[in-house]
Amino acid sequence: MTETYRIALAGNPNTGKSTLFNALTGLKQHTGNWAGKTVSLAEGTLSHRGTVYRLIDLPGTYSIFSNSRDEEVARNYIVFEKPDVTLVVVDATSLERNLNLALQILEMTQNVIICINLMDEAEKRGISINERLLTRRLGVPVIKISARNKTGFPMLLDTIERLAEGKLVCEPARMTYDKDIETKIASLEPLVADLVEDRISSRWVALRLLDGDESLLDELKSRLKVKEGSA
Amino acid sequence: MNTELASSGSRGDLNALYEKAQQLTSPDLRDKIVGSLYQESKRLCEAGVHHSNTKRDRRTEKLDAVFTSPIWGFPIMMVMLGIVFYLTIAGANVPSDMIARFFGWLENYITAFFQWMSAPDWLYGVLVLGLYRGTTWVVSVMLPPMAIFFPTFALLENYGYLPRVAFNMDRIFKKVGAHGKQSLTMAMGFGCNAAAMMSSRIIESPRERMLAILTNNFVPCNGRWGTLIVLASLFMAAGYTGGAKSLVTTSVIVGIVLFGILVTFLVSWVLSKTVLKGVPTHYTLELPAYRRPKFWETVIRSSLERSWAVLLRAVKVAAPAGILTWVLANVTVGDTSILMHIVNFLDPFGQMLGLDGYILMAFLIGLPANEIVLPILIMGYLSTGALTEVHNLGDLKQIFVDQGWTWLTALNTMLFSLLHFPCGTTLVNIYKETKSIKWAFLAFLIPTMIAIFVTFVIAQSVRMLG
Repeated sequence: MTETYRIALAGNPNTGKSTLFNALTGLKQHTGNWAGKTVSLAEGTLSHRGTVYRLIDLPGTYSIFSNSRDEEVARNYIVFEKPDVTLVVVDATSLERNLNLALQILEMTQNVIICINLMDEAEKRGISINERLLTRRLGVPVIKISARNKTGFPMLLDTIERLAEGKLVCEPARMTYDKDIETKIASLEPLVADLVEDRISSRWVALRLLDGDESLLDELKSRLKVKEGSA
Repeated sequence: MNTELASSGSRGDLNALYEKAQQLTSPDLRDKIVGSLYQESKRLCEAGVHHSNTKRDRRTEKLDAVFTSPIWGFPIMMVMLGIVFYLTIAGANVPSDMIARFFGWLENYITAFFQWMSAPDWLYGVLVLGLYRGTTWVVSVMLPPMAIFFPTFALLENYGYLPRVAFNMDRIFKKVGAHGKQSLTMAMGFGCNAAAMMSSRIIESPRERMLAILTNNFVPCNGRWGTLIVLASLFMAAGYTGGAKSLVTTSVIVGIVLFGILVTFLVSWVLSKTVLKGVPTHYTLELPAYRRPKFWETVIRSSLERSWAVLLRAVKVAAPAGILTWVLANVTVGDTSILMHIVNFLDPFGQMLGLDGYILMAFLIGLPANEIVLPILIMGYLSTGALTEVHNLGDLKQIFVDQGWTWLTALNTMLFSLLHFPCGTTLVNIYKETKSIKWAFLAFLIPTMIAIFVTFVIAQSVRMLG
């Protein structure tokens, strides 16, 4: 059996995330439950050069602060289910707003590809995007596509492959906050690291706890319980 | 495929950790986080995203640089206005004359028919001299100019030029303390003042909206175009022929329109310094890209729909007004007709304004609709016994000249038409929009006073200068 990798699709609503999902998976789709949760997500498969990839379409959200059920679902999948690659789909015509979510996801996980969709529309409006500069600044691959016209797909698939197989290593640029927040993170992070070791970004957990993210706290507790129960 | 958390961890440790985090944190932490994220997104986009203009944007920018330029904007507007009126005046003359001849020719047969029926004189008078002449005059005088004016105006509108006009005017409106959107309601007024009253809703501030309502009347609506164009071409270019004649007529009309706009600014300024004090509010006027309209569709739609609607309204009002005028002219009280009583009563005042009793009477009876002022005036003149048969525009001029008209009478009639009280429909709409008898009355009073003042000053000065 060929090796399978899991690719999560995240992004703001109306960025053509589902168009991309459909274009990549075609009819090979089903709805899957995961981790005993009652949440169901659309899943599909895609093969590229003999490797099968499972694509999981996460709910479209504007942020990932666990403000809503959808945001929790997307966050939990990315953080705890640890997909091999997280594809963040952003809208080329309103990149500034869309990058907020991408930056938040870059704090949570390492293997991220930023997929700038709707490039055809952006070109029509005279918007040109320097993806190499963004790649350098963000420390993760930035790829321009048009899901509608199926352009940019070969590049996207190759990048997914290289990232999944570990031939490409991402070093996401870390968000730096003001001195006050950074000090607080610094004092909390070692304690978090003791608990979660290197499975989750301790910096991110520290930040979320500082932000009073009880939903994440509950999630961490239940994950620990699973661990304790099985120990 | 759950992530297994470190074995050293426990739930108690987590709770302690959370409590520690809550002690450390500050209430504005979320705002700071979100703020930093937005800043970072912005920095990234400033570095990595470049907005260049598309071909269409560049063309629009180039055109706007000319059409809305502080230097060229206004001259171009005048030229555009001039072209529209020139086309209207030069193009309307011949068809107007043809239609008038046709109705005159038809009238002979109708007259013959009435004679054959040995119909009583009063019936012939009411139906033919009142109703028939009233309506046919409206049709022949107004239809051709409208059929040219509306499509030309609609083309300018659809090319995207009118928003630029609003943009240019905006600067002045702000200076006189009014809202820039008043230029849009003003543009609407060129079509119909009554409709423009509704369009004033686009102005949110009640003060500025009132300014727009009270001054809208100073742009001639299409009901007054007919009067202005006919009088200008009959009297203002008497010494010229051919193309030059149309050119002079055009200049006069453009001058009249500009004068109306000037009065709009003056009245707005005075009102915004007195009863309607305040500072103009800011707003953003979005200028759409220029685009080529579907030429024939625009032309056909606007000439059919708008011209037809205006004409229908004119005929609807003209028919009863024609009958009314005939009745007034033919029912006698004492030794003269009711019409002559009214005319004689108004005449001294009319003379002071460089007009006469007939003209004032025509404006009063024409209150329901400005379209019928000229036809009523003609009927009034014709009812005096000198029953000229009108077969073409030259005959029409003779009627006026016989009544002692000079270029001054024509000019003041045009100015009175431009400045006088709004039509009945407009007044009703003003009342509906303001819910105030006071403002509706002021909307009647202010223009009327200005009309009387302007015509009085002109008449007296011209007479003094000989």
